Amino acid sequence: MENQLILRVVCKFLIPVIVLFALYVQFHGEYGPGGGFQAGVILASALIVHMLVFGIEETRRIAPVPVLRWLAALGALLYGGAGVASLLLGANYLDYDVFGSNPIAGQHIGIIIIELGVGITVAATMVLLCFLFVARVRRQ
Amino acid sequence: MLVTALYVALSRDLLAVVMVFGIYSLLSAGMFMVMGAPDVAFTEAAVGAGVSTILLIIVLSFIGRFEKPQPRQWVPLGTVLVTGITLVYGTFDLPPVGNPDNPAQQHVAPHYLTESAREIDIPNVVTAVLASYRGFDTLGEVLVVFTAGLGVWLLIGGPRREGKR
Repeated sequence: MENQLILRVVCKFLIPVIVLFALYVQFHGEYGPGGGFQAGVILASALIVHMLVFGIEETRRIAPVPVLRWLAALGALLYGGAGVASLLLGANYLDYDVFGSNPIAGQHIGIIIIELGVGITVAATMVLLCFLFVARVRRQ
Repeated sequence: MLVTALYVALSRDLLAVVMVFGIYSLLSAGMFMVMGAPDVAFTEAAVGAGVSTILLIIVLSFIGRFEKPQPRQWVPLGTVLVTGITLVYGTFDLPPVGNPDNPAQQHVAPHYLTESAREIDIPNVVTAVLASYRGFDTLGEVLVVFTAGLGVWLLIGGPRREGKR
């Protein structure tokens, strides 16, 4: 699909909007519908559209596979690390009350951290899955 | 939705099946939206209609477009029909949807709805429940996603080590 002019132009316009919407869903998830998982899959779908239109080499250039692997692990680690941090601060595992000056601020900080972890892991894993499938099909 | 489901079951053109499956996912995303669950609808539209359709098309470019004609298999069809009828019969005993006296509305849901404004103070109760009250479950889900990616990587990805075990 690399030589379809209309697709390329429309996608160049649409992909930043999709990424912006993913960030909105990520950080506005406390007020509107959405959260880390939804933001992760929306971000991943932006990258997958990029892969479909511009080819996998271009997408690998902006999202290299080793970086994606690190990010997938980093998100899960961020989530688990938030739990360990609350343990070290003297509360139960994943009890965010201790992160802030009062329990409500602590809950807000904790939820933002773990939603970020969820989003990073989901987005990286989804894009990685697509890359792996394409690579496997190409190898045959 | 019924029409798309029947088409998926009966057609032998796998590319069309994948497309219709995407439409089915989009329709069910609309159904979740109508039932007031935009969070689930987001996920269904992005994963069901988007990512998984793309993955299936990639796989189809590998295995070919058309299914081999096979004789009709009556035993699996009978098993599916019997199971389906039993499940539908079972739903007659379920309490009506949206009834405030249902067991699901009586256990912890009132606590979440009335107390999360005081304890967590974010407007989206779904996020409050998922991220804070049910933090362990969500941690498990993230680890499931991560493990799935790891499994696919180990199965079909990674550097090739031919002649070396």
